Amino acid sequence: MADTLLSIRGLTKAYPGVVANDDVSFEIQKGEIHALLGENGAGKSTLVKMIFGLVKPDRGEMLLDGSAYTPGKPSDARRAGVAMVFQHFSLFEALDVAENVALGMENPPKPRDLARQIREVSETYGLPLDPSRTVGTLSAGERQRVEIIRCLLQHPRLLIMDEPTSVLTPQEVEILFETLAKLKAEGTSILYISHKLEEIRTLCDEATILRLGKNVGTCTPREVTARQMAEMMVGSSFATPEARSAEKGEVLLKCDALSMPAPGAFGTPLREVSLEVRAGEVLGIGGVAGNGQDELLMALSGERLAPKGAIWFKGEDISRAGPMARRDAGLLSGPEERLGHAAAPNMSLTENGVLTASRRKGLVSNGFIDWGKATGFAEEVIERFDVRTPGPGTAARALSGGNLQKYVVGREIQQDPDVFVVNQPTWGVDAAAAAAIRQALLDLAAKGAAIICISQDLDELMEISDRFGALNEGRLSPTRAVSELDIEKIGLMMGGAHDMEVAHVDG
Amino acid sequence: MIRLEKRPQPSTLWTALTPVLAVLLTMIVGGIMFAALGKPPLEAIRTIFWDPLFHPQFASYSRPQLLVKAGPLILIAIGLSVGFRAGIWNIGAEGQYIMGAVIGAAVGLAFYPSDSVLLFPLMVVAGALGGWLWAMIPALLKTRFGTNEILVSLMLVYVAENILASASSSWLRNPEGQGFPGSRNFKQWPAVFNDELIANTGMHWGVVAAFIAVIGAYVLMARHIQGFNIRLTGEAPRAARFSGVNPVRIVLLCLGVSGALAGMAGLFEVTGPAGQISIDFGSGYGFTAIIVAFLGRLNPFGILLAGLLMALTYIGGELAQLMLGLPGASIQLFQGMLLFFLLATDVFTNYRIRFVGREVA
Repeated sequence: MADTLLSIRGLTKAYPGVVANDDVSFEIQKGEIHALLGENGAGKSTLVKMIFGLVKPDRGEMLLDGSAYTPGKPSDARRAGVAMVFQHFSLFEALDVAENVALGMENPPKPRDLARQIREVSETYGLPLDPSRTVGTLSAGERQRVEIIRCLLQHPRLLIMDEPTSVLTPQEVEILFETLAKLKAEGTSILYISHKLEEIRTLCDEATILRLGKNVGTCTPREVTARQMAEMMVGSSFATPEARSAEKGEVLLKCDALSMPAPGAFGTPLREVSLEVRAGEVLGIGGVAGNGQDELLMALSGERLAPKGAIWFKGEDISRAGPMARRDAGLLSGPEERLGHAAAPNMSLTENGVLTASRRKGLVSNGFIDWGKATGFAEEVIERFDVRTPGPGTAARALSGGNLQKYVVGREIQQDPDVFVVNQPTWGVDAAAAAAIRQALLDLAAKGAAIICISQDLDELMEISDRFGALNEGRLSPTRAVSELDIEKIGLMMGGAHDMEVAHVDG
Repeated sequence: MIRLEKRPQPSTLWTALTPVLAVLLTMIVGGIMFAALGKPPLEAIRTIFWDPLFHPQFASYSRPQLLVKAGPLILIAIGLSVGFRAGIWNIGAEGQYIMGAVIGAAVGLAFYPSDSVLLFPLMVVAGALGGWLWAMIPALLKTRFGTNEILVSLMLVYVAENILASASSSWLRNPEGQGFPGSRNFKQWPAVFNDELIANTGMHWGVVAAFIAVIGAYVLMARHIQGFNIRLTGEAPRAARFSGVNPVRIVLLCLGVSGALAGMAGLFEVTGPAGQISIDFGSGYGFTAIIVAFLGRLNPFGILLAGLLMALTYIGGELAQLMLGLPGASIQLFQGMLLFFLLATDVFTNYRIRFVGREVA
């Protein structure tokens, strides 16, 4: 067929113990935005790595424009017209935009020419970006533009984008979508990987759905509901969280103009953050990554001590209390980074249970750890939160991201906190597990706990929160009832003091 | 092409197997080295590993030496392993060992010629305190000013060596020693002489202390919450902080324990096998103990075995120098190989080798 750009036939790739891709076939047409959908571990990354020449398939073939396409390395792929924007940026913060772009090119032009080209591309595609700015000062959305422009300078025929909107504000998403639409109109094909089903429905022409390494179906996203796509991904239906009563209790946790300096060179200071959360209430805190989410969690968990009078728990000033004292009082927290922060990678699940539950669950007496009890606690969490693992003796790093997330969030919920502060509870977790975690948070609130959920997933926050606030450069917007909000207002709250430059696409 | 692939979990089989494999490889490569030196390799290996224990003529002398040498190595290595587990690198155990001996001996000599039964325990405490104080210098500098404990503890070894030299030639010098450097000989002072507890075994109080330390360290690391906190700090410092572990306390605890044990080892040595404070008292136990700690996989019982093995190569090495005329440097090389191969084979604990065809990584 003349209109097919890339045709994938029977691609198979096995890793020890797991078949990442099993006989996957599909086609991408010219000028098509093609979605690649699947849970974590479904094999999306392996598939795109094969297309981009990072991994060699065991079996199967790819045809690009009708001729055999076997990229041995990414530069082969680039030469053939395939470019990729990764989920995690590989940029040097100390260098400026043009220097970063040049580093990714094989024969970079002279700096002045390059800066001109960057400006041209950024104007043509409505991606405002100044080539002379230092990357360290850019927002996540702007950094992504650097990566996109780097790709566009090579005039790709196929652009692969791995979860591009996970770091963007709604306005930035709109800008990105306009750019993609323009690329599509010019005949560029886009392979778009995402979890966000609504997004795929608005943007994509075709969707290929992977489950456990197999292609389980193709659909036209506009013609099916998000729920149908989700069920294809998961292979079964899953529960949506239930609504709960509106009865709220007394204020359990309060921050009073909490200000703290930035923890490091690229950290964010907290600036007069004030909030309150009541028993039975879920406070959602949104915002683009790197605007103080981590710092707020560390201040509330007690890892960094706040100035006197800034944090009040059940009417007592706990600003100077450490993590253990706060846990004893009933304030528990779950950090975003699973490996290395919420859990020690090389330690077993049992040991990782002792990490936070040692005192509340009485796992330690007279300084000695009761390993029998500790194993029992780990088993309870594994059982209740459906953590897929051979057993509590497994090292945390051996678990998949979603399963470990279920374990570390479950570990705190199992301790019946009065207040639970959690950052990105469902980050990188598949749809079914995410639904289970959200339900567990809502159940906890229904039992009278107060919950602060920090997340970059707005759909999630809208689904579970009673009130919403957004962090921007370390400042928290006034919190508002979710029922009063719409996507426009949320965007403005997230944008905060930023001037949201609304870009227009030429032509 | 050979490729290393990270294992999802550290292999328990390889954790146990690597020390054995390292010893075997050391024997093979060491044998080749001895052959290159023109010595019979098999005989050299046998002289190092077998003769000290079973030679009809020398064994009765060298067998007790095994515990005499292993005792301080184990005691110091146990202390070091506690810190290494937390990622706190005390490289200066030699200095703490010397300071424990000097201060412990000084406290004892202040009461000369008392024959109180309390004096020896007092000296042990003073020795531990001396090592502890010496280790507190890098600890406090690290917690207050963020200095690197590796450099500070190492440099303090040289300071300690100079203090040792001045002690043996001036302020602790034997007043009845006709001006020769060196303190009074503890072997001639029964109240404090750390003699063999059972004749011809080499078992003195220091060896007993080493065994107690092995058990104590096992209980601490495997069962106690402080041991858990130490391991957690080493594995994931951010997670430790999240858990509520105070990093300052861990630094003070780890350096304190290793310093105190090294100081104690110094005191047992000076009152026992060495007999007196002298300029050449520092014999490198504090450095060798680092090898012992790693050879024993930072596991208390592993350290016990590693200490004995290391002591064996010391005694056997001396024997081989004596009987085969092997140069001393070749014995040190041989011991160095042991650590080298251990670290090299250690890769297999966390990685597996895959032989793959031509493929693009």
